[in-house]
Amino acid sequence: MAKHAEAATLLEVKNLSIGTKTRTLVSDFNLSMAPGDRVGLIGESGSGKSITTSALMGLLPEGVTAQGSIQLAGYGGNLVEASDRELQKIRGKDMAMVFQEPLTALNPLMKVGPQVAEIMSSHKTVPSKAAARARAVQMLESVKLPDPERAARSYPHQLSGGQRQRAMLAMALANNPGLLLCDEPTTALDVTVQRQVLDLILESVTERGTGLLFITHDLSVVANVCDRVLVMNNGRVVEEGSTEEVFSNPQHPYTRGLLAASDLDATDAQGRLFTVASAAAYVPPSVREEPAPAERVPEEPVAAPPEPATVGEAEPAAQGEPSENPVISVADLHRIYPVSRSTLFGKPSEVHALRGVSFEVAAGQRFGVVGESGSGKSTLLRILAGLDQPSSGSVQVAGNQVSGAKERDLLQLRQQLQIVFQDPMGSLDPRMRVRDIIAEPLLAPGQKVDSAKLRKQVAEMLGAVGLPADAAERFPHQFSGGQRQRISIARALICEPRVLVADEPVSALDVSVRAQVLNLLSDLVDDYQLTLVFVSHDLGVVRYICDNVVVMNEGQIVESGTTEQIYENPQHEYTRTLVNSSMSLQNELALR
Amino acid sequence: MGIRLLTNLVRFAVTYVIATVAVFFFMRAIPGDPAQIALGVNASPELLAKTRAEFGTDRPLIVQYFDWALGLPAGNFGTSYVTRQDISPLIIDRVQVSLILVVLAMLVALLIAVPFGTYAAVKHRNPSGIIISGVSQLGVAIPNFLAGILLVVVFAVGLGWLPANGWTPPGEDFGDFLARVFLPVLALASVQGAILTRYVRSAVMEVMSEDYLRTARSKGLGKLESLVKHGLRNASIPVLTVTSVQLAALIIGAVVIERVFVIPGLGSMLLDAVGNRDLLTVQSVVMVLVAITLIINLVVDVLYTILDPRIRKGA
Repeated sequence: MAKHAEAATLLEVKNLSIGTKTRTLVSDFNLSMAPGDRVGLIGESGSGKSITTSALMGLLPEGVTAQGSIQLAGYGGNLVEASDRELQKIRGKDMAMVFQEPLTALNPLMKVGPQVAEIMSSHKTVPSKAAARARAVQMLESVKLPDPERAARSYPHQLSGGQRQRAMLAMALANNPGLLLCDEPTTALDVTVQRQVLDLILESVTERGTGLLFITHDLSVVANVCDRVLVMNNGRVVEEGSTEEVFSNPQHPYTRGLLAASDLDATDAQGRLFTVASAAAYVPPSVREEPAPAERVPEEPVAAPPEPATVGEAEPAAQGEPSENPVISVADLHRIYPVSRSTLFGKPSEVHALRGVSFEVAAGQRFGVVGESGSGKSTLLRILAGLDQPSSGSVQVAGNQVSGAKERDLLQLRQQLQIVFQDPMGSLDPRMRVRDIIAEPLLAPGQKVDSAKLRKQVAEMLGAVGLPADAAERFPHQFSGGQRQRISIARALICEPRVLVADEPVSALDVSVRAQVLNLLSDLVDDYQLTLVFVSHDLGVVRYICDNVVVMNEGQIVESGTTEQIYENPQHEYTRTLVNSSMSLQNELALR
Repeated sequence: MGIRLLTNLVRFAVTYVIATVAVFFFMRAIPGDPAQIALGVNASPELLAKTRAEFGTDRPLIVQYFDWALGLPAGNFGTSYVTRQDISPLIIDRVQVSLILVVLAMLVALLIAVPFGTYAAVKHRNPSGIIISGVSQLGVAIPNFLAGILLVVVFAVGLGWLPANGWTPPGEDFGDFLARVFLPVLALASVQGAILTRYVRSAVMEVMSEDYLRTARSKGLGKLESLVKHGLRNASIPVLTVTSVQLAALIIGAVVIERVFVIPGLGSMLLDAVGNRDLLTVQSVVMVLVAITLIINLVVDVLYTILDPRIRKGA
């Protein structure tokens, strides 16, 4: 701690511009950090936040150059002008970085211990290789890895996501750098793990007096970790100030829009989520009042379901009606996967993805399935859609028995149940025109369609999802992420299904787009009288859109009930951890 | 690891047995009586019957099959119907020649491909990298017999530095062996090297865009240092796959080079046997090739396990 306390300024960035020969990516970026400062850099994809951190590290991709000045305590000159050899001495020693995806950021063929040791031996901050190895184990212990000796001997794939990110942090902090750069360090992690890793980062930098530059798109994470924030949009810093100031009294319309769209607890006069366009009416959560969670409880029922009519009535109806005629009924579902090839003498090891899952979904219900990675929610979804067969148990979807059905018997099911997938880029064929993508579900074998009618239907769907009519002739890569997700929704709805299954439909989207897509989904579910099954790891999103929820953990439903029951009064231990770990903007600000 | 190896060995054995069945019965499906082929069209029926009994081809196919297949593990391939010679010593001789030629060629090819491919990847925007890439493209397009003929023309005929053809076993006269093996190995290796250079280049380029290389740079490692310490082992996995496939293909693919340089290898033996309708020799050579291919796969699988901890079972 004493090491960093002496210098008055840790990092001084002046007039930093980054660009290629033809394009400016970041212009006029200024930042001043004192030792121990914790600064958040907020922005959506394409805002220039990641390229800015690359410039600070001197690791810009080929063809991208920076101008301006970067001064770092411990180095006399301007980092922008420093040679790579000089930068090598600074990287990993005076400043270090933690990346987003810990699995790919670690070398898969090298044990974790040596990877941590390497940063010390390459900077000669330890006298010998043996000392580096011993120190690596200490570092792994300091990031609270259970059994650090064993972790040091493990390969990255043998650790969990959270453990890998801890190891990354141990590596970054090994030389006790003055500045730690974290680029979306918890975005790839599960909710419960995210909270733990954030706490660890916060604790580690506070303890050591390390300056933290934290890059994220997630405003609640920033509210949790940082004292000061910079908001970036289109390569420029549009707003800067203390976290309290910026979040409670945003000056720039973009900041206000971003705040409004991230705040899933707040809705506009129509009960819809705020978007960047409607953000003017948004009132940021006031920090000074420190609203206790209890105070906000009465507001929730208003905020949750967008249609007032469904608030009171849907629930009892949903409970009464479905017992006679549920759209989906699942009973004692099991799915066992072999996880390896069988060897000559041994059976393949198995994984129980689902262990006795039962539930019913009533017509018109908005049914949320919440769980972390490995909880079995994706397997459940695949079985519902007839893409996978259960090992045992029964599944009925809109009158179709799915379990044991042959591929051709599933035609009917596929008309009744459609899916919107998570990744809007990967799930659309890049070589098909949008018209053909949307029309494809209608071209089921054995059906005659006339092309004029088809064209009309596609045009109607495009209108319904808020895309221009000329979108039909274009290709998926010509659209943004949010627009592509609209195409997916149009494709799912064109055959007028009864059930719409959405698999993490907004987790790949930017915050401002997320609100728009959620509003659209919500509207369409009402307009088309759909039954919605919404699978997500994000409790805030599920809370907004669903009226009933099941919580899954390790292949079982640990708790089910109405959304408000689950969120306000979780009964199961796991649900409580999940609810407590999930971050909402209001709570994080209140906790400060 | 032990179980994985054992499983692979059993798979090896099963595949081999299936291959013997396929090869034997496909060969029998080809019309033509070996005795007739050996004696010519004007042979008398008595002589034909005598010869058939001598060959054993008058016995049921199933008996013939077991007779042949059970002899294989002991290296007993039988007697050629055409040359009336024992096939085994001939094959063992030829296999040695082919293996020496091909393994040497592959080693030289890798010695060319790894440094040049890596360099071309690192400098993929520079003129030098692009030139290597272009030359390797050219190498892929040149058939190896053409490379062989050109080498003979320049080094043997023109400059007279090396013998144009022939073969001396390394045990007999090592100096002469080297002199004679140099040009054919170079002919094979230049083309293989060009192909592998392209694979090494794309594997290294793939690895260079990986996150862990960025991590290595952020730790303060230099560009080349991070590539050598973290990149090359990762890149070696896809290169190993291609090398094993190429190696198997090269053993028979070397036949043209064997012709150009008059080398008594397995490839020319197979070609001669096919020309002479020497049924038993053809099927024996094919089985040897199957065995070599399977052994390569077995070795490669062990190498994968050593290179990539993610494959190790139970790890």
